[in-house]
Amino acid sequence: MATEQTLLQVRDLQIGATVYPPDAKPHDIEIVKGVSFDLAKGRVLGLIGESGAGKSTIGLASLAYGRGGVRITGGEIFLRGQDILNINKKDIRSIRGSKVCYVAQSAAAAFNPAHRLMDQVIEAARENGTASKADLTGRAITLFESLGLPDPQHIGNRYPHQVSGGQLQRIMTAMALCSEPDLIVFDEPTTALDVTTQIDVLAAIRNAIKQTGVAALYISHDLAVVAQIADEMMVLRNGEVVEHGDTRQIIEAPVQEYTRALVNVRAIDHPQAADTHTSLLNVSNITASYPGSAETVLSDVSVQLQPGHTLAVVGESGSGKSTLARVITGLLAPSNGTVEFDGRQLSASLDGRSRDDLRQLQMIYQMADVAMNPRQTVKTIIGRPLSFYFGLRGKEKATRIHELLESIELGPEYADRYPAELSGGQKQRVCIARALAAKPKLIICDEVTSALDPLIADGILKLLLNLQQREQVAYLFVTHDIATVKAIADSIAVMYQGQVVRYGPKSRVLSPPFDDYTDLLLSSVPEMDVGWLDNAIAGRRMESAGH
Amino acid sequence: MPFLVIRAYGTPSEASVTIMFYRVPLSACIGLVITALFLIAAIFAPWLAPYGLTEIVGGVWEPMSSQFLLGTDNLGRDLLSRMIYGARTTIFIAAMATALSFTLGSVLGLLAAVVGGWFDQLLSRFVDLLMSIPTLIFALVVLSVLPGNLITLILVMGILDATRVYRLARSVAVDINVMDFVEAAKLRGEGRWWIVFREILPNALSPLVAELGLRFIFQVLFLSALSFLGLGIQPPEADWGGMVKENKDGIIFGIPAALIPAAAISILAISVNLIADWILNRTTDLKGGRSGN
Repeated sequence: MATEQTLLQVRDLQIGATVYPPDAKPHDIEIVKGVSFDLAKGRVLGLIGESGAGKSTIGLASLAYGRGGVRITGGEIFLRGQDILNINKKDIRSIRGSKVCYVAQSAAAAFNPAHRLMDQVIEAARENGTASKADLTGRAITLFESLGLPDPQHIGNRYPHQVSGGQLQRIMTAMALCSEPDLIVFDEPTTALDVTTQIDVLAAIRNAIKQTGVAALYISHDLAVVAQIADEMMVLRNGEVVEHGDTRQIIEAPVQEYTRALVNVRAIDHPQAADTHTSLLNVSNITASYPGSAETVLSDVSVQLQPGHTLAVVGESGSGKSTLARVITGLLAPSNGTVEFDGRQLSASLDGRSRDDLRQLQMIYQMADVAMNPRQTVKTIIGRPLSFYFGLRGKEKATRIHELLESIELGPEYADRYPAELSGGQKQRVCIARALAAKPKLIICDEVTSALDPLIADGILKLLLNLQQREQVAYLFVTHDIATVKAIADSIAVMYQGQVVRYGPKSRVLSPPFDDYTDLLLSSVPEMDVGWLDNAIAGRRMESAGH
Repeated sequence: MPFLVIRAYGTPSEASVTIMFYRVPLSACIGLVITALFLIAAIFAPWLAPYGLTEIVGGVWEPMSSQFLLGTDNLGRDLLSRMIYGARTTIFIAAMATALSFTLGSVLGLLAAVVGGWFDQLLSRFVDLLMSIPTLIFALVVLSVLPGNLITLILVMGILDATRVYRLARSVAVDINVMDFVEAAKLRGEGRWWIVFREILPNALSPLVAELGLRFIFQVLFLSALSFLGLGIQPPEADWGGMVKENKDGIIFGIPAALIPAAAISILAISVNLIADWILNRTTDLKGGRSGN
């Protein structure tokens, strides 16, 4: 099958590692179980999968590299016909950074903060010694220009902290392109960015790939993002190929059930609840800033939430949405404004709130692993609110713990586990159970699905909706993900730079006419559609902050 | 690396206990054995010692022989017997002082991190003040003014050392205090003592336990230094530092009697350090230990 045009050939690649679980003997595991594919010159292959699918490991293996402890145990990788797994270290050096380049997920962590950007951009190309420093600088400036960076002549003189996250990610792409490689491995390059920034970076990367004709492996968990860039896609699960095909075929006519599930993710249908004309939570004119800082994080924010409804607070990082949650919980006292809950005004600070106020207002966090004490079992974690608020003990408490475990779809055998013995989704479920244990009227959900894989996140959202039906609990849902908002909200508040720019029932907020920011935000959310990126860029009215 | 399996597997709920004991490296084994020997000597001193503590049994500075395994000291007392009784005094006082410094230092340190504000400022600055005075000089002054008994000695040693434990406990707790599970406990309305003892302490225990070994050794060294200067244990009671002092004049005559207690001090220090190193290695992070080697 290998032709003149074949750039990268991967044959039956097997990658393993040794794990050292705390309570068992060290043993070997397989991360990648016999993956094969060909990549032709100038083509882009998208590697899709959830965490643990082995997609990054395959990406790094194309550079003949394995992360600490990872071993390539079998198979072959040919780059332009050269077997790169069986060559000496010196030759590997001449391939990495010149023929194959890597763009990492977190550019902020990948750049050296002590050196100027330009020096880092041209470093790999200089090491391989093909062009002079002046030539390379010129080439880098051209790349900066084509990647749409502001002030391309001088941006290279800055340090990494002096540019935004989206710009840094584009500079890293320039770094990869600067060596004029045959192949670039993009490892989730837009995952850490806000949606409105992601769209620019995505467009810049795609244009650069088109202009230079470089081949690429594009790794992401987000099918919609990859659909904009890749010519073909490979869906991976647990180190095995589930489906490999043309992008259009995968998106429009997936064959495998797993692929179909990925394509249809977030297809939750939640009809907007009817207006009850009562209010459970009434946040009026909140202005807040953090102690010791003059900057106003929230200014004049007012929102309302009805009993048993869901209010989604949506915005980019830095928009103040988490701060709003902190004000409502009492962790941050506002400088102005009031929070009214269930007909009474809540004390601004945590100390002034009664135990019953605290009970009725629970919170679920983004990172479930740090939201639970690693030294407590699930039983202790869920049981504490029961004994703390209701004085339950002994058999009564045990029964209630089992009921709660059942309501989050986990069996009673989970009661004795430690958080480290649970998967990401299970951890978040236990956090939900802990909140429910208090029988609250309102649960604040702070980005509860952001750290989870799409299918797992879907499961959590469905669970939350079911529980809402059963327990009549209201949710204040803080998120940056519009798809989540569409799936679960009854009303929506769009936040931008500490202010609510659009607020109302879901049907009204999500239908035109839009204000400029909401338009930008909504149009930036990738859709499962191959032509989405072009249409979105063409139809924009407002420049994103990352531009 | 050679290892000794003390306990291999447990049910998941036993896991956190098992983690520390899964594999014991050779260095830690040596440390454990030697420390255990010292402890046995200290606990069973009256039964193990061939002669009495103050009993004069032979000539001055007699060499090692089958009758006196380590020879005799400057007054003709059996050195081995005094070493064994000395182990008892030295280890007992050091252990008591360590216990005091730990209780005081860690409770105050954790509280300072949780309460914060003026309480933290006041305590931390006071600790800075204590630490800015050289410990030995400070102890010399205090001990020469106060009545010279065991309680005073333990108190002075414990309080001076508590400053260091306080700093460690506070810095560890400050990190844990900002984690979401502590915030969740605060939002639940938990009191300070619950947060300190149930949420923070179990997670701060690993570095504190490792520090415990090191602090114990510093106490042994500190006590020895005080006794050598004549402010620690008073003769005829035996402790290792005091024994170095009693026999130091023999060195000029080529008599090694002073070196034996000195060697005991360093061997105990090294073996406890080996154990502490191992514990620190096994349990540095919050999730229950590093994965492998």
